[in-house]
Amino acid sequence: MQFLIETLINSAMASAAAALVVVGLALIFGVMRIENFAHGELYMVGAYATWFFGTSLGLGYWAGVLGAIAVTAVIGAGMELFLFRRLRHNAMGALIITIGVLLVLQTGAGWLFGVNSNLLVDAPVSGAVVIAGVNVPWHRLVVILAAIVVLAALTVVLKTTRFGWALRAVAQDKDAASLQGISIGHISLMAMALSAALAGAAGALMAPIVRISPYMGQPVIITAFIIIILGGIGSIEGAVLAAILYSTFFTFVSTYFDSTIASIAGLCLMLVVLIVKPSGLMGKAQKV
Amino acid sequence: MSRSPISGPMLVALLALACLCLPLVAGDYYVSFGTEIAIMVLMLSSYRVVLLTGEWSFAHVVLQGVGAYTAAILVKDHGAPFPVSLAAGALTAAGVAGLLSFPLLKMRGFYFLMGSFAAAEAIRLLWRKFRYFGGTKGFSGISAPYLDLGGLSVDFGYPASYFYLTVVIVGLCLAILWQLEQSRLGRIWKTIEQQDLLAQSVGVDTRRYRRIAFVVSAAFAGVAGVLLAYAFGTVTPNRFNLNFALYLMIWAIVGGTRSFHGVILGGIVLMIFDESLRFAEELRSGIYGLILILVMLFWPQGLERLIRLAPGRKGAA
Repeated sequence: MQFLIETLINSAMASAAAALVVVGLALIFGVMRIENFAHGELYMVGAYATWFFGTSLGLGYWAGVLGAIAVTAVIGAGMELFLFRRLRHNAMGALIITIGVLLVLQTGAGWLFGVNSNLLVDAPVSGAVVIAGVNVPWHRLVVILAAIVVLAALTVVLKTTRFGWALRAVAQDKDAASLQGISIGHISLMAMALSAALAGAAGALMAPIVRISPYMGQPVIITAFIIIILGGIGSIEGAVLAAILYSTFFTFVSTYFDSTIASIAGLCLMLVVLIVKPSGLMGKAQKV
Repeated sequence: MSRSPISGPMLVALLALACLCLPLVAGDYYVSFGTEIAIMVLMLSSYRVVLLTGEWSFAHVVLQGVGAYTAAILVKDHGAPFPVSLAAGALTAAGVAGLLSFPLLKMRGFYFLMGSFAAAEAIRLLWRKFRYFGGTKGFSGISAPYLDLGGLSVDFGYPASYFYLTVVIVGLCLAILWQLEQSRLGRIWKTIEQQDLLAQSVGVDTRRYRRIAFVVSAAFAGVAGVLLAYAFGTVTPNRFNLNFALYLMIWAIVGGTRSFHGVILGGIVLMIFDESLRFAEELRSGIYGLILILVMLFWPQGLERLIRLAPGRKGAA
């Protein structure tokens, strides 16, 4: 019973972090039709930035989180300005470029901070709380709570602000939005910064829990693509739902069996969805 | 396609001469490196067959791994001779590709890319998981091929002799690939890339021809895998991970995939470039990333633009 509760809380935390990562990915696909392979590396940069601002400069954890969000947003905006903008009508080209960005960020992090350095980020709230006889470190609850707050804020922004309307309009129909006087370039820039910042925030939140390394983004992006395909490419609601379902499934299988089996099962699940229902849980029907 | 009558045969002659001379002038290290180049050239040329139909695949490196694992298991567990494991490696890789093609070829573009990744990574994790495939350590101590032609015996355990064996096999494979591309089949592949719907409307079963391309490409990847297994004597699951799939993709893009010889020369140039980066091991992948970005932005045809210009100038002189 205690083991079950512990696994459930771990699932909730994994779901929260995964949701933050995949929402950014879904957002950018919706607006720009680009699959960003470097998204996992933005998560990695977020974790490193948290360590740099929070621990190395000694500004404290929350300043580190803000720093991570700022750094990743700037990288995201830069990717749009200098790379994607030039390849607007070549989706495959943009996808290949994100692989280049992935390698550059990965190498850059290894070069700046060392490949095997053991960087530790202190959790903002130390200690643990006892829930139903299980010791739960406070930070796990902080991650879950923060993810809920960020996702709620994102929903409010997308549904109620002018920027949110414009963004959703571009996602629905680029030409029509452009005819309404919405600047595609401006919205793409903002969306890319927002998407990158969400990945950075996820990395910052997970920094005290996971081992920080230049390669930490790779399993994240693989998981993220599985979730994106389960949820339906480009659908934000579907991405969140799939993040919760898949992370819970993965956590349980890797706890009760092992993580390799969980990975194989996840990949097979993704294949099955691609074959049977490529539009995923909540995606719009798309030509495959 | 080199339409110029001089450059094609001349290129073949030059490459053959270079291969013949390499073990005579270079040390063992560089001869083994030459073997690696030859295997890489076969990988790129066979990858190009899938690219001809307009798809990018992440599965090619794992299909090479299927060939390598087949050879390793046959040699280690059953003591199979080289020709048997070579044929078995190619056939197994083609068979696996044939099976995978049923679900995968329903997809196109990004979906195909992700589907090929999922299938390939699942296979690779099975190798890591099961002891039959050697687990995370894979196989080691695969003995070199040994040929006994009634009295005349050749030991391919030396870098030079194995290099010649590899070059001959790769050369034969390239000749077959070249013939395929010149045939009706090759023209249909190119049509599918450019005008899928048009090809369908004139009665071409495009999925069938994409399947043929996928399976043929896998068979040659399997051959490359067998050659790799013997060349290193070891087979590990990490040698076929996502990074190698990304590198293959990058090299195909940077080298250029439009022409048959472009991909061969691109492969040779990039392997030599790769070797010269060995002093900066930790920066290597970042340098590739940077090159990939620059090529995509400014030079989308890749290195072969350089190569294409050369025969033209020669013709003018």
